[in-house]
This record gives sequence, C-alpha cells and structure tokens, in this order.
Amino acid sequence: MTETKKEEITKYIVISSDKVLPSDAAMKIYESEFPVTVKETCFGLIVSGAKDDVQTVVEKIRQLDKNHIFVKDRGFPPGDERRCRASRGGGPRPGFHFLREEVGILPAIGAALDELEAKESIKEKGRTKCRLKASDLKKVIEEELAR
Amino acid sequence: MVKVFIYPINSLILADLVERFGHKPLTMMSQIREKVTSLSLDSPPINITPEDPKLGLKYAAIEVPAGVRGRMALIGPLIEQTEAAIIVENPPTDFGCVGCNRTNELTKYLIRSKGVPVLEVKYPDSDEEARDFVNKIAAFLESLPKEKTETEEKAKEEESAEKEDKE
Repeated sequence: MTETKKEEITKYIVISSDKVLPSDAAMKIYESEFPVTVKETCFGLIVSGAKDDVQTVVEKIRQLDKNHIFVKDRGFPPGDERRCRASRGGGPRPGFHFLREEVGILPAIGAALDELEAKESIKEKGRTKCRLKASDLKKVIEEELAR
Repeated sequence: MVKVFIYPINSLILADLVERFGHKPLTMMSQIREKVTSLSLDSPPINITPEDPKLGLKYAAIEVPAGVRGRMALIGPLIEQTEAAIIVENPPTDFGCVGCNRTNELTKYLIRSKGVPVLEVKYPDSDEEARDFVNKIAAFLESLPKEKTETEEKAKEEESAEKEDKE
C-alpha cells in the first residue's frame, strides 16, 4: 500500500507593519519549531508545509500585528522552477506585479481595520458615559503628534 | 462559514479580508495549486491539459478563444461553489492569470446571474476610500451566516489552555 501524503500548502505572509519586520516573523517561526519551509522576501514571507502546520504558524504570525499582516494562498511552492527568478533569468516573477500594486495600499487598509476594531470595541463597551482614561488620552495625543 | 468568490480572483486584500471575517475565499491560487502539484502534470511550464479547454466549453462556446475556455476551466468550478461574492470594479492592474478582459466579463456575468448575494465596490485610491472599502466589505461579510471552523476552535482551546497555564 502506498503511504498517503499530507496535503502541502504554501502561503504568502505580507507584512505592512511598523512593529514587525519579515526577519522578526521568520525568527518567530524558527522558534516555534514547526516543520515548515520559510522563505524571507522583500514584502514578507513565503511559508510552505503541511496544511495544519502552515495554518497554525500563519495564525501565530498574524497575531503579532493582526491588522497589518496580510495572508493569502500561493499556488506554486517556493523555489518552483516555473516561477523562480533564478531559473528564469531574473526580473519579477509572474504574479508579482499585482501583489506589488496591492502592497502599496496595505497601510490604508491596515489603518481602516484599526479604526473598525476601535469602533467595535466602543460598541462592546456600550454607550454609558464615563471619564476619559489617562491611557486613552495618551493614545489620542500620540496619534495627533504622529501626524 | 460561507464560500465567497472574490474578483480580482487572486487579490491579496480580498482573500485576507474574507478569511479574517471567518469565511472561505474562493481563489485562483487554490486551483493553480491543484494543477501544478498534481503528479499527472510533468511538463512544466505547460500545465494545462487538453482536457481543460473542453471543461471550459461548459461556460463558453466553441468559437470563443481557447484562452477564455482554458481560464474558465479553472474559474468555472469556483463559480459553481460560490455562495456569496465580492466584485471590485476598476482594479488598477490585471496581470497574469486574470489579464483576460473577456474572461473577466464572463466571470462577472456568471456570478451576477447566479443569484447569490454580491457586493460590488470600487478599488480604493485614497485613505478615505480605503476606509469605506473595508467598512462595506466587513458589513457584507458579517451579514453572511457564520459557523465556527475546526481551526478556530483549536486556536481558542489553545489560548484558553495557555491562559490557564499562566494563572
């Protein structure tokens, strides 16, 4: 009988964060000791391996800065000859152009997700009037100064 | 959890938002993975078999260019699984597998005529538009029925176990 092979998947982790660098995320994956292949790129990481492992790793990385780390599937495994620049004589690989275009708008999408999350937390707190907390005031001041 | 078709079909932002709000995005990448990791295909970069354009005949007539039928052989099965859809108009770039305008027109037509809930939004160009874009998509995805997936349940269980350990 042939041994059934686990389904292998590949995912892109695109990092558009001020706090997390692709190298930080890669180190986090190495520390987690999951049997996955990690490739560091200019925009983030490519993670490949068994489906369950990749999904767990990706979820852990997303939690580092969940509104500014984006994830999508990838069809080809990392280093595949049909897509890898090394075997295609350089230049961007097919599919990179659209990704690059979307990476440009990720900061705006991340900020919108932050706002959405803030609104939801206000909704959860309810509409009861309360004093402004010092920590909230500090946040407002920091946001204003950062502009 | 609802299977949500996204257009552009390889969009990072849409795939991520759909997954983030607890649904399953139907993307070209999953179809491509099946094609390129299947053992029956051993002649890269030609990874479309002669059977694929025939599959595409279900969606486009014989006089339609083979490229459209070939693409529909990949996109068609996704449309059949669709339970909801997000269509983004005017995406700035349509490269690679989504670079064929006729296929895109046909895809959008099939989705709209399927009778599933469809959200149509414009691709954002500014921060304000990005906020509207995300809010509309979030509201749409939250209006769809949700069920807990196994992975979410596992993650929650792990989190609660970690908290207990810390305490």
